[in-house]
Amino acid sequence: MITLQHMLTLSGILFALSVAGIFINRKNVILLLMCIELMLLAVNFSFVSFSRFLGNLDGQVFVFFVLTVAAAESAIGLAILVVLFRERRSINVEDLDTLKG
Amino acid sequence: MQSNITLQSILPALPEIYLAAAICVVLLVDVFAGAAARRITPTLTLFVIAFGVALTTFVVAAPTREVLFSGMYVADPLATFLKLLGFLFTGVALLYSRSYLEARGLLKGEYYVLVLTALLGIFVIASAGSLLTIYIGVELLALSLYALVAFDRDSGIAAESAMKYFVLGAIASGCLLYGMSLVYGMSGSLLLGDLAVRLHGEPSIGLVMGIVFLVVGVAFKFGAVPFHMWVPDVYQGAPSSVTLFVASAPKLASFAVAFRLLAGGLGNVAPAWTQMLAIVAVASLVLGNVIAIAQTNLKRMLAYSAIGNVGFILLGFVAGTERGYEAALYYTVAYVIMTLGAFGVILLASRAGFEAERLDDYQGLHARDPLLALIMMALMFSTAGIPPFVGFWAKLQIFQALWLVGQTWLVVIAAAVSVIGVFYYLRVVKLMYFDAPTDQSVRAPSNAGVRVALACNAAAVLALGLFPEGLLSLCAKVLS
Repeated sequence: MITLQHMLTLSGILFALSVAGIFINRKNVILLLMCIELMLLAVNFSFVSFSRFLGNLDGQVFVFFVLTVAAAESAIGLAILVVLFRERRSINVEDLDTLKG
Repeated sequence: MQSNITLQSILPALPEIYLAAAICVVLLVDVFAGAAARRITPTLTLFVIAFGVALTTFVVAAPTREVLFSGMYVADPLATFLKLLGFLFTGVALLYSRSYLEARGLLKGEYYVLVLTALLGIFVIASAGSLLTIYIGVELLALSLYALVAFDRDSGIAAESAMKYFVLGAIASGCLLYGMSLVYGMSGSLLLGDLAVRLHGEPSIGLVMGIVFLVVGVAFKFGAVPFHMWVPDVYQGAPSSVTLFVASAPKLASFAVAFRLLAGGLGNVAPAWTQMLAIVAVASLVLGNVIAIAQTNLKRMLAYSAIGNVGFILLGFVAGTERGYEAALYYTVAYVIMTLGAFGVILLASRAGFEAERLDDYQGLHARDPLLALIMMALMFSTAGIPPFVGFWAKLQIFQALWLVGQTWLVVIAAAVSVIGVFYYLRVVKLMYFDAPTDQSVRAPSNAGVRVALACNAAAVLALGLFPEGLLSLCAKVLS
């Protein structure tokens, strides 16, 4: 029997993995965008689990909004990435070090 | 719950409906007007804002609280107040920016459309009645700002700062969302009104986790320590006109998020978040004011000053009383007026190929342009909290609110760091008045319209300081 606890644990693990991915990864900006997507999906999973176990549809409606916003967010993220690549000829996270202080 | 929606019943949402329609009009006019749009779009945008102010004042300004769309949307005096200020601050920011954008070939229709969508995001947050509305508003604002920061496509540092802002902002949104999902799971509702009723007493461990994530998200949106990393980079990297906008109107949205979410929805479990917020606020005060001393770039210095000032706003929430929220709102409004002026001076002083962003650029400004130096001095004195300017009353309100709830230590710390803060504000005044101008420093800029607007801005800072009762009682009225 799969309980709410199992599902929340899975969602927590996915969330932690995505945060770890963002902070450990020092190489590639595209990996950061993927981690951000994973983070939002982990949250969606948590919303759907709560919604299922509470018998309340609000959480599932929320997920549709999150999915839509996530699509817009990746579009803007990739657009910024293109501008950045045009200027720097690199998408290495370690090259983003001009601004300091 | 309303089952049938009539035109009459959605009237309180008119500012958002109007602004969304106006954005479409501006976008279409810009596309079809072609090259002539360089002239039309900025004027049209200012007209849209002026008409929006009139509409909000005369049609919507209801003294009562109305709830629409099954509780997702709230129209109350606070929302109307924030929307009017949003229109006002955005209008002033666009007025200051125009010649800067023109000189750099950035005067494009998209810029104005993005500013208006950001403003729509602020409106949605100001009227949020549920977690979903808050999330949509926060994202609408943030996505517009990411694009604005990267607007100068030929600037490497703008792209870099936009990328940093985007990644950190997305992490913050993720944390905010995770917190929302946990709070939803523990309470079974997304509506802030329901949360306030259902969540009380000793919070469960799940709820505490949810609140921690929510506070992280809110602190990021404010730019408070330890989630402040984006602030200096964005302030310095973005074109100055974008910095002016990012530093002004969105602060109203940060206040609204904190007020609706923490004070409204989670007000009955306040002890769970006030302690966290107190730590964040003190860290922001100390770090912001100390690091600002070491800066040589004026935009970066103002960024650290923003972090320090955000600490004060959060202290108002830490007090957790009606008085504290009033003080936080008053501080937010006063701070935004001062920031608009300070970045307005930077915009006016810059010209094509010269950003006027180093502190040394302001050496001997008094000899070259006495009026501009006088305006900047008034703004710096006010931000430092020196009477009789408005910044003094703002700080005093926060101190009083904290004192009344017995948080003596926080008052002592806040007072001590404001004394440290005076040092770097006065350094700007010293550079302007007591140093000789160099070849590289700012020459007297000529833009009569913006000069008058800036002088009015500085006069407002002085007038609000000499007669503080008006704005104070207004803040108290909209929150009661």
